[in-house]
Amino acid sequence: MLLRHTPKEVIERNALTINPAKTCQPIGAMYAALGIHRCFPHSHGSQGCCAYHRSTLTRHYKEPIMAGTSSFTEGASVFGGQANLVQALDNIYTIYKPDIVAVHTTCLSETIGDDIPQIVSKAQESGKIPEGKYIVYASTPSYVGSHITGFANMVSGIIQGFANQSERVIENRINIIPGWVEPSDMAEIRRMMSLMRAKYIMVPDTSDVLDAPLTGRHEFYPKGGTTIKELQSLGESSMTLALGHFTSVPGAETLRRLADVPYEFQDIPIGISATDRFLMAASHATGAEISESLETERGQLVDMISDMQQYLYGKSVAIYGDPDQLIGLTEFLLDLDMHPKYIISGSAGKVFTKRINALMEKYGKEAIVKNGPQADMFYLHQLIKNEKVDLLIGNTYGKYMARDEDIPFLRYGFPILDRVGHSYFPSVGYKGAMYMLKNILDLFLDRKDRDAPEESFELVM
Amino acid sequence: MQGILKERVKQVFKNGTDHFDMSCDTPSTSGSVSQRACVFCGSRVVLYPIADAVHLVHGPIGCASYTWDIRGALSSGPELHRYSFSTDLKEKEVIFGGEKKLEESIVYLAKRFKPKAVFVYSTCIIGIIGDDVERVCKQATENIGIQIIPVHSEGFKGTKKDGYKAACSAIFRLIGTGKGTKPKKPSINILGEFNLAGESWIIKNYYKQMGVHIQSVMTGDSRIEAISNAHLADLNVVQCSGSMLSLAKMMEEKYNIPYTHVSYFGIEDTAAALYEVAKHFGNPEIIKNTKELVTKEISQLTAILNEYKIKLQGKKAAVYVGGAFKAFSLVKALARIGMEVVIAGSQTGNKDDYNQLPNMCRPGTIIVDDSNPLELSRFVQERDADLFVGGVKERPLAMKLGLGFCDHNHERKIPLAGFEGMKNFAQEIYISVMSPVWKFHEFRQKKQIGGQND
Repeated sequence: MLLRHTPKEVIERNALTINPAKTCQPIGAMYAALGIHRCFPHSHGSQGCCAYHRSTLTRHYKEPIMAGTSSFTEGASVFGGQANLVQALDNIYTIYKPDIVAVHTTCLSETIGDDIPQIVSKAQESGKIPEGKYIVYASTPSYVGSHITGFANMVSGIIQGFANQSERVIENRINIIPGWVEPSDMAEIRRMMSLMRAKYIMVPDTSDVLDAPLTGRHEFYPKGGTTIKELQSLGESSMTLALGHFTSVPGAETLRRLADVPYEFQDIPIGISATDRFLMAASHATGAEISESLETERGQLVDMISDMQQYLYGKSVAIYGDPDQLIGLTEFLLDLDMHPKYIISGSAGKVFTKRINALMEKYGKEAIVKNGPQADMFYLHQLIKNEKVDLLIGNTYGKYMARDEDIPFLRYGFPILDRVGHSYFPSVGYKGAMYMLKNILDLFLDRKDRDAPEESFELVM
Repeated sequence: MQGILKERVKQVFKNGTDHFDMSCDTPSTSGSVSQRACVFCGSRVVLYPIADAVHLVHGPIGCASYTWDIRGALSSGPELHRYSFSTDLKEKEVIFGGEKKLEESIVYLAKRFKPKAVFVYSTCIIGIIGDDVERVCKQATENIGIQIIPVHSEGFKGTKKDGYKAACSAIFRLIGTGKGTKPKKPSINILGEFNLAGESWIIKNYYKQMGVHIQSVMTGDSRIEAISNAHLADLNVVQCSGSMLSLAKMMEEKYNIPYTHVSYFGIEDTAAALYEVAKHFGNPEIIKNTKELVTKEISQLTAILNEYKIKLQGKKAAVYVGGAFKAFSLVKALARIGMEVVIAGSQTGNKDDYNQLPNMCRPGTIIVDDSNPLELSRFVQERDADLFVGGVKERPLAMKLGLGFCDHNHERKIPLAGFEGMKNFAQEIYISVMSPVWKFHEFRQKKQIGGQND
């Protein structure tokens, strides 16, 4: 037993986090910045932060991740990091030649009180930022929120750097903030929008950035990502669709404040109901009709569920990860007649429990829902030790529990360090739902084949 | 050299052409995509394999999350090191101090997990808000009755190497606290061996066959008790120059234990290491056993390696690893299987180590300190490398360029140490360099067919 030191009995903790179901803000800021074309993320702090974020993103995407660091020393920590940041900007524009540098802070630079806007304006005044080049920034101290907060803050920072109030409104064109989802999911949202022939700008967009092909060249700036032209045009869209309370609404709110673009909240389109609502909202806002091909995909998904419903009914599930995803996932599992029983997120926020409880109530089921401090995987494991579930869904760190307790395990979320595919196969939209459903069924049916006594082993399922 | 940041010109050399005077041990240039990490990272990787201790990271959540069981250090017993413990500091503690949260965390951990000791790692922010971690640990040690050891690893206070030193100081506090008795057989401590993919087990087995007693391994598959009795050993055998040399020096001073500096990578170095230890004890029985062991292992290995050599002859390799000492072994081992090293570099090599590299490498080899992806990808293309030996951040870069890859860092999945490790190394390189996947790769295809793509 790998986690043999985990006792079954739950004793309340006030101080300690064990096996976290979250990480810190800056990595989210780095991920968001990678979704902007020719943008170079820069970590204002000590070297380790940047190395950890790059390593984690590298392990998850199996792609080279480029980002800079201010390389704080003791001197910088006493006298402030201004000199480091100014020198860094100079070097970055000279050597890496990005169009945009996206600076995020760390706990260190925040605590010593570095004032990024002031340093940036100083750099601008002293000509450190070349003509036609841009800089955006976000405050992302690690001791506030979690990685998803960092993502949302950087999306806001990017919007703040470019959004202009515009007289001109491009009717029927919308902005989409997709939330922290995979490049495959962003590509799937693009595919659905293009099937509808709907006009949109998506920010950020990591497809064609973190799912790049092997070509024999290292593209420092791959072809994907939201372009500067698109960013400058965000204020001209008729509205913004913000997918996810935690990762997208703050950016949409920033755009509303700065450029008067109204926004509508939708869930990340995970599963059938959320995808229905997303497509309706997109159709309504752009005037584009939901295409026949999308309707066919929906029908295929419903067909697949109906074919296999007997294997799904009543199956209990433990899920953990990021709140926007868990809300979508909970609804999808409930739609599949399954029972999400333990729902854990390290990221705090009251709207999460409110949404989950409302969903559980609607479907007449009960769950243990916990997020924020001490909502960690140690606690989840203890819940499972007290009452087992049929399926575990979450990031790679669930593999210890899955092995110890012998539970089928679907990898989903961030980070996935031990499997591939998440960059290419989406979990959003009807296609994504079909893919996820197929994976869930495979797990159940493989287990059934493995465990069935010889006399009841079935060929046809 | 052209196209290098001006701050970096004294960290990149072409062997035989440039006047070699490596400016290393310097902080990275701000803004550079450095492959280096921080002080905390250094301490964390050195101490983490101690499997019956709790490793509590005092700071915001990130530092604990990113270092959760990433190194693949195996344990034959307890698995406490695979957990991630954090005080998960929030804004409130950053303002009012985190000592109370730390105390509460230690009390909970001691009660629930009953570890043999607790290491408390200070992260960047602790150095700024000024928690008195030393005091909290001292008090907790008295109250709880197990060693609660502070690790002064604030991230910004130097490089990863300073983190190794902080870890060594933490271990040094433990050494001498054990109540063991001096072993009868000649005995050693193995330092700087972390049991990645079970490598310590291979090395220990060699010493066992030689008739040498292993008092402790620091820190692969290690236990608090073994470390606390490490002062009873006759000799410290240090691998991985950067990480544990300072501990060996401290132990020499306080406990009069001599040390020797070895590498277990490659045939020559492994054999040299074992002979060195045998020679130290001067015991004829041990020397005889060692000769038998080395002869047997090498005779088994030679034929296998020669086969790989025929297939890999003339292929070119780029080496970019943690310390320069490791690069020496790699240069030798790659030569053994017919490969030529065209780039040799490290994140944190020291001057003495770097000064030996020009003699080991052929003219034209690029020797580099604290490099970055832009430089590395240019060098490998310029020098037309077929293989990259590096760590996690280099892997996808190498792959994108169409190079074979061998992880010689935390993420090795097969043991690369010792004689057995050399066989695995040759095999891993062969698999990667000669993989059929490259035939689908336009650039490599042209190179293989016509060779005119240079």
